[in-house]
Amino acid sequence: MSCVLALFREIYCTPAVAHELFAFPARRDSPTVDSVGLEERAARFGARSLKKETKMSALRLAVTLLDVTTLEGGDTVGKVQQMCRKAMQPLPDDPTVGPAAAVCVYPRMVPVAAKAVENSPVQVASVATQFPSGQMRLKERLAEVRYAVGEGADEIDMVISRGLFLQGEYREVYDEIAACKEACGEAHLKVILETGELLTYDSVRYASDLAMAAGADFIKTSTGKVPVAATLPVTLVMLQAIEDFYERTGRMVGMKPAGGISNAKLALQYLVMVREVLGPQWLTKHWFRFGASSLTNDLLMQIRKQETGRYQGGDYFSND
Amino acid sequence: MTIPKTYKLFIGGKFPRTESGRILGVRGAKGEFLANASRASRKDFRNAMVAARKSQPGWAATSAYLKGQILYRIAEILDGRSAQFTEELGAQGLKAPDADVARAIDLLVHYAGWSDKFQALFSTVNPVGSSHFNFSVPEPVGVVGVVAPADGSLSGLVSVLAPVLVGGNAAVILASGGFLTAVSFAEVLATSDVPAGVVNLLTGLRAELVPEFSRHMDLNGILLCSDDEAERKGAELEATENLKRVILKPDQSLSPSPYAILRTQEIKTTWHPVGT
Repeated sequence: MSCVLALFREIYCTPAVAHELFAFPARRDSPTVDSVGLEERAARFGARSLKKETKMSALRLAVTLLDVTTLEGGDTVGKVQQMCRKAMQPLPDDPTVGPAAAVCVYPRMVPVAAKAVENSPVQVASVATQFPSGQMRLKERLAEVRYAVGEGADEIDMVISRGLFLQGEYREVYDEIAACKEACGEAHLKVILETGELLTYDSVRYASDLAMAAGADFIKTSTGKVPVAATLPVTLVMLQAIEDFYERTGRMVGMKPAGGISNAKLALQYLVMVREVLGPQWLTKHWFRFGASSLTNDLLMQIRKQETGRYQGGDYFSND
Repeated sequence: MTIPKTYKLFIGGKFPRTESGRILGVRGAKGEFLANASRASRKDFRNAMVAARKSQPGWAATSAYLKGQILYRIAEILDGRSAQFTEELGAQGLKAPDADVARAIDLLVHYAGWSDKFQALFSTVNPVGSSHFNFSVPEPVGVVGVVAPADGSLSGLVSVLAPVLVGGNAAVILASGGFLTAVSFAEVLATSDVPAGVVNLLTGLRAELVPEFSRHMDLNGILLCSDDEAERKGAELEATENLKRVILKPDQSLSPSPYAILRTQEIKTTWHPVGT
């Protein structure tokens, strides 16, 4: 009887919108990356100068694209609650700034965050799949995804098995991502490639293609837990992969650079790059996010500076 | 063959050119061209602020003994290069340059000595009417903007910098005269174990930079040597926004005194419960 019930559930209770799964892409189908040209092109985005109204609107936009993140062993309920309040209204005396797109926490903190951002547009994102290493059996990793979703996560940030990828077991990596996507149900899936561990741009490109084919809603650069995190060139490779995927399939995939984006100037360079590679339709919280913890305050300080003409100090902005 | 020196700024332990690419021609006593100095921009000042803010906690936590040693080391290195400074100061038209260099060295040794003593002088145990052990101690205010005397003397520059530095503050100095010696003095600082970013030196125009010093919310205090009433008032007005400490002094070298250290100290009072 229970067996029949389980079958019934499987057939009728799967999400209405079954996720699109694209065929496993062969590595040779991913283009190789001209690293010199790539880095030069990325460097040119850094030479742009945004001033006055353009800068102000870019800063305000950047705040709404934030995944305000705390992923520490020392995270407490209080810290997460405070961070959620900040995500909902980043500048206490100016409700027109923000809110941030989401808060990003460990699975145990999901219920706390979900309660804190209740009735606000702020989403709850949770890392899962044995973040940051991913070194665990798939079964447990999927269980973690289901747990986080069950606790109220709207978005799941999974890590790929970099070890498998580097060993050349691409099919397994693809299957794992597809399995995680299935476990997510309604929740959005962001796939962390951990580009700092993939060693080459070619690998980043193929990992992006793999993740998107397996059903990723977002591809994300890094966990922020290894020394090399998001960089402009690596993000550019991923944006190009998204662009090609969109042209081929008509499906939009989001981008989330994370780790190392600690100041507003750099954040604006990312926005310029997204705008030029993918176009303005990608510059919304549905298709682009910043994963950052210290970026929030720098954006707020720059906004204040634009408003008052005074350069700001850290003493006047809350830490969490 | 002589190699003309490029006089640059000193920010975060490095010697960058001004980001603005602007220069100030420096002329000698007889109007002859000496060198080009960088004309620091507001952006250079903000970069210096970032460097100073980053390094300040580490400098404040450095033991008083070591801070004294480092100040003494500055004096040593300066002494070794006194001939160069004498020549540079003379070329810029300063009277009695050798005496000025000797005075600068004396000032550094003076403040090096105060390093582990001024705390005892300014700390107090306060009588209070409850069962508390109540005491007050000086702590550095943080990052201090220093506008050095315009006469361009080395002793003038050291007389305003040394008390700020020995108190555990980081400094952003604006040299508004004697640009060449100021930059050469930064070379002395860079080779005297002063941690990068603790002292940052800009050469530039007061009218352009003093208001920016006053406006900056992350600056905790400004020490302004000026006789210009409008400049003083402007600095005080702009400083009200973050209530930074404003110390106004005549536009000349300051005489050595432990009270000069106290000017950029904050007094912290602690109430410690005790049994009866």
